[in-house]
Amino acid sequence: MASEVACTSIVPTSPSLRQTSRVSLPLPRRDTRLDRYVETYAERTHGLKVSAVRALFSVANRPEVVSLAGGMPNISDLPLDVIGERVAELIATQGTRAMQYGSGQGEEPIREQICEVMSLEGITGHPDDVTITTGSQQALDLVTRTFIDPGDVILAEAPSYVGALGTFQAYQAQVVHVAMDDEGIEPEALLGAIRSVRAQGRKVKFLYTIPNFNNPSGILTTLERRHEVARICREENVLVVEDNPYGLLSLDADPVPAIRSFDAENVVYLGSFSKTFAPGFRVGWALAPHAVREKLVLAQESATLCPPVFSQFVISAYLANWDWKNQITVFKDMYRARRDAMMDGLAAHMPEGTTWTHPKGGFFVWVTLPEGLDAQALLPRAVTNRVAYVPGTAFYADGLGSRNMRLSYCFPTPERILEGTRRLGEVLDAELEIHSMFGLESTPHPHDLAAGPGPDVS
Amino acid sequence: MSGEAVVVLSGGLSHERDVSLRSGRRASQALRDAGHEVHELDVSSSLLAQLIELGKPVVVPLLHGGAGEDGALRQALELADVPYVGSVSAACRVAFDKAIATPRVAAAGWATPAQIALPDDMFRELGAPTLVRALGAHLGFPMMVKPARSGSALGCAKVDRIEDLPAAMVQAYAYGGVAVIERFVSGREVAVAVIDTGDGPVALPAVEIIPDSGVYDYSARYTAGATRFIAPAGLEPDVAARCAELAIGAHTSLGLRDLSRTDLIIVTDGTPVFLEANVAPGLTETSTMPLAMEAADLELGTVLSQLVAQARERGTGA
Repeated sequence: MASEVACTSIVPTSPSLRQTSRVSLPLPRRDTRLDRYVETYAERTHGLKVSAVRALFSVANRPEVVSLAGGMPNISDLPLDVIGERVAELIATQGTRAMQYGSGQGEEPIREQICEVMSLEGITGHPDDVTITTGSQQALDLVTRTFIDPGDVILAEAPSYVGALGTFQAYQAQVVHVAMDDEGIEPEALLGAIRSVRAQGRKVKFLYTIPNFNNPSGILTTLERRHEVARICREENVLVVEDNPYGLLSLDADPVPAIRSFDAENVVYLGSFSKTFAPGFRVGWALAPHAVREKLVLAQESATLCPPVFSQFVISAYLANWDWKNQITVFKDMYRARRDAMMDGLAAHMPEGTTWTHPKGGFFVWVTLPEGLDAQALLPRAVTNRVAYVPGTAFYADGLGSRNMRLSYCFPTPERILEGTRRLGEVLDAELEIHSMFGLESTPHPHDLAAGPGPDVS
Repeated sequence: MSGEAVVVLSGGLSHERDVSLRSGRRASQALRDAGHEVHELDVSSSLLAQLIELGKPVVVPLLHGGAGEDGALRQALELADVPYVGSVSAACRVAFDKAIATPRVAAAGWATPAQIALPDDMFRELGAPTLVRALGAHLGFPMMVKPARSGSALGCAKVDRIEDLPAAMVQAYAYGGVAVIERFVSGREVAVAVIDTGDGPVALPAVEIIPDSGVYDYSARYTAGATRFIAPAGLEPDVAARCAELAIGAHTSLGLRDLSRTDLIIVTDGTPVFLEANVAPGLTETSTMPLAMEAADLELGTVLSQLVAQARERGTGA
């Protein structure tokens, strides 16, 4: 053990003095922040910082680590040979159109096919009201830029998708979270939030909701709740933005009808091929009431001129020539086995006092840790033990969520998922022991808005 | 030796993987610009085989934290007879562990903060409340709590009140089994790089670090624009000389080789106090070592190239 050492004066050795003097020439002094534009950036970028939590995710893609952190779909079951042939044929026969600029709204054939896809969840939409986007993430961006002035309020589930919170922050929106139970958003909390925001003189622009297998919580909003949420929003004149990337990945039952299926006028519906086909094409869409759609198309033209035309042609060919519904069934069987492995692993390895959701679809489980544990603080311990997850704080705009973690079961195999939960169990046991040793108080402490993993984290 | 093939080793599985990859990219570019054929490799089970296949070129290890900095990987390179730039494994083992390096530097006569090092199982065996109280009584507040073996300020916290000490200890133990608790040293924060291209260790001009947030934590280190750097630091000549002497003293007393960076605090009377020495100094876009080289009118690529030539001449690592 080190003993105290006083700050004594130093007797330099002669060689070091000699060497020092060699470089003590008069030199121009540089006073720098290493970023000459530091005074120039827009206010909306000021919160963007390098984060130690996000940096820890860089180990997640290493094979030694079981990553339960990312949201990458497993696309290894796709018929790559068939898709390859179709793409070759597409280029040979329609290449000059597929590789040309296209419509800002997106190509008409795919917009028609998208209406067919949406009908599986009870939606009757018209191709004219569909705007194609670069993944549904860009639809979220276009909707936000269309509606939000700095300081406007967006209501979102507690917890909500980290990527949406990032977009909302980029447009300087204020996010107010609305409490959920295991049936979805609590209607009273929704009404209360709308009224209290208005009482403060602020504008509520829309409710952002992921009714199917919410990212991160996995919660499925019941049909009854959907009706109630739609009714409240209609009566209170609050637009609903319904984000539905996981709806067709319902593992145990038929999909629940979308909110858009019974409220065409007050809902902007966002869809995506990222989970039902493949995310690399970056094709998603927004189905919006006519007036909103007009604005989205103009916004799309200024953002990208037109969404990726080649990707639209490929997906259109895939939908036309491949049994895509059966492909979704194949995906569901694969994800069901992984979800079940996750449930088994959690039941076997989580310490007492841990609870978790039981998702009926989608990619994610939301874990609530025993009182006093902080998921962000124990992430380094998990990384040392070769397992990764996303701390719950990433999914709240207000610093809450420290007792939670999001685990994903989409990418690792069932065996790896079981191993991951085993490692996580060890990490939690060790952390619990050290907490009880130090007699730590159980007050959860808030964090700054935490970053989630990048899209290429497994 | 221009044109010689080199391997830049970065990444690894430590908490600082991301920083290491940034250092690796920058060093690789600098070496390429200096005419080298550069292979960028990560640590994996095939690493040694890859090095043998490449004909055992000189390795530039830019792994931060964990096995990359604690000597483990360098030991393996020594075992495989692969020449590398930087300190030998035995010295890294000492330098990387603050619980060992700080007393070593203190024993050589340099000013260091009063420090206590404790493994987590000591708290288990002796009871945390008593030890926590004793720490408070011995060091006083504010104090710094740090993981003994970690970099980039990960897991470090300044603690002002005894009530906050347990949480800070738990956070430090999340990074490893031993924590050091030091009396907080207040003053100007300075980093001094040392390089030795054959004529003995030379201190580069000190770089002063002034983070906007007041704390030079992970975000302040790697967010461009979040920290002000002054190179060379605006120090009185005698203070600058003392900082250089301390950096060379730390480099020498820890038995370091080729390059190192010492972080220190200059207290009110001008005395530099040693905080830590780094055997794999960061070479990222926001690291102080490249700034120090620039202030000394040196080019990163040229310096690395000289160190590579020296390592090649030296032959195997040990």
